[in-house]
Amino acid sequence: MGMTVVEKILARASGQAVVKAGDVLEPKVDLAMSHENAALVVNQFLEIYKDTGREARVWDPSRVAIIFDHRVPAESPKTATNQKKVREFVARHTISKFHDIRGDLGGICHQILPESGYVRPGAVVVGTDSHTTSHGALGAFAFGIGATEMASVWTLGYAVNIEVPATIKVVVNGTFPRLVGPKDLILYLIGKISSQGANFRVIEFHGDTIRHMSTSGRLVLCNMSVEAGATSGIVPADQETVAYIREEAGVTDALDLVQPDADAVYEQTMTIDVSALEPQTACPHTVDNVKPLGAVAGTRVHQIVIGSCTNGRLDDIEVAASLLRGKKVAQNTRMLVFPASGRIYQRALERGYLADLMRAGAVVMNPGCGPCLGVHEGALGDGEVALSTTNRNFKGRMGNPTGEVYLCSPAVAAASAVTGVITDPRKGA
Amino acid sequence: MAQVVYVVEDDISTDVIYPGRYMATVLPTETPQFAFVDDAAFNGKLKSRQIPPGSVLVAGSNFGCGSSREQAVSTLKGHELIIVARSVARIFMQNSINLGLRLIVAPGITAAVGDDLVIEEHRILNTTSGAVFPIEQLPRARQAIVEAGGLIAYTKRRMLDRPAV
Repeated sequence: MGMTVVEKILARASGQAVVKAGDVLEPKVDLAMSHENAALVVNQFLEIYKDTGREARVWDPSRVAIIFDHRVPAESPKTATNQKKVREFVARHTISKFHDIRGDLGGICHQILPESGYVRPGAVVVGTDSHTTSHGALGAFAFGIGATEMASVWTLGYAVNIEVPATIKVVVNGTFPRLVGPKDLILYLIGKISSQGANFRVIEFHGDTIRHMSTSGRLVLCNMSVEAGATSGIVPADQETVAYIREEAGVTDALDLVQPDADAVYEQTMTIDVSALEPQTACPHTVDNVKPLGAVAGTRVHQIVIGSCTNGRLDDIEVAASLLRGKKVAQNTRMLVFPASGRIYQRALERGYLADLMRAGAVVMNPGCGPCLGVHEGALGDGEVALSTTNRNFKGRMGNPTGEVYLCSPAVAAASAVTGVITDPRKGA
Repeated sequence: MAQVVYVVEDDISTDVIYPGRYMATVLPTETPQFAFVDDAAFNGKLKSRQIPPGSVLVAGSNFGCGSSREQAVSTLKGHELIIVARSVARIFMQNSINLGLRLIVAPGITAAVGDDLVIEEHRILNTTSGAVFPIEQLPRARQAIVEAGGLIAYTKRRMLDRPAV
């Protein structure tokens, strides 16, 4: 009986020939990522070593990545002090994959990892962030864990007592209509299978649409797989993955493009044709409350947000700039743009996209997570409505429990910025 | 006997349990003050210690979905609440087991605030309504962590099992 991609990755990482869904393993970890919550990981890590007589040592400092992104630059003395403690820990334990608050190498962890070449096909990646699922876009098995579990990984180098998840195969075919893309696809899928339809499961993406999709688009799919409850999303690595890792990330090592067996066992297979897919929106207050755009078109919007680990990449900013060039953000609507990394910010600057957006009235912010989860800038006022390219719309998500958040693609967000109401980009703003 | 003190719907995210704006607070000694902080009435009762330890929060399906923030678990554990949910999101479940928050999955659970529950090994009896609900066992892979008293203790033992460097 054959294995899925994740089963193959877990078999290798746990030194077994064959594994199947339900087996309990202790896979070696190739990369362990944290952001500001490394402050809590450090506390728990020291707690493990307390009163043992052993010196606290990270199992392999070269496999630990720490990226400051949630509250950058610090919004409070408390955050600044947490960041200071983490910086001291990084120096003491010689952690090299550390991305501080910088314009060149800084950014959102789920963009920094791929663009820095830290993620390889076939790797086991854990992160103290639920959107760690993103890295499945490069053919890795990547999943979110809590801070205490990360402290355990820092100590042992493997994840303890992991149950091999069952896999749902999603086959996507067809060519996207103009101004419809990966974000619409993943919202549509989450709407279909629900916010818990993939809980404790992996979503493995296949089909022509995926084969022709850029790594940027695949990151959107895998990033939001967790919104269907998935342990991870994964796109089996192919020539696009190799091109991204070589050209964008500058990696020259040999790559192992792990593929599923032809007779792999899937719990379920779904097929989607995107040829007639409409732009989608996730309506307040759950990500699976998905409707075609037409159902909510005309809804008044106070804040437009384009950015985040989901849709803050160059192609996202490019489409927004193309729709806003020579136009103006509507009165009484504000527009925030935050690129996913310093590298993307610089490219968007060089290509004039940021100037287009600023002339239209958008506020361009530094890379970070802040507005998405209401921790740092971009909070909503009482009863205000946001239309955002981010990944969550839970009650209170954008910093105000009386606010409402609709999720959409960058094209929908940009078209709606011009009108101040939710607008179909295909109809022209 | 344990009394139900709070009932919430399906898909209650960690943003609702512990809003992102308090994420800079990480210590388990400090997180309990922000439990369900956007519900001023319930948060007020928790903070003024009107909710006795061992009280029950009854949740719908997919409880704890969203962010992996561990504060959402430590904040509830700090009040020694027992969580009975129809189903629980994966990361929240793992965090609960790792930190020792008492979490029970009872797929059919229905209860109202004020109901009394008798929680047994394999079932929950709602003595107010008379209904009985089977309990789903936690993933067996995680039993060893529960038995060790949480992931810190479990990892400590595993670390000490290997030779000192």
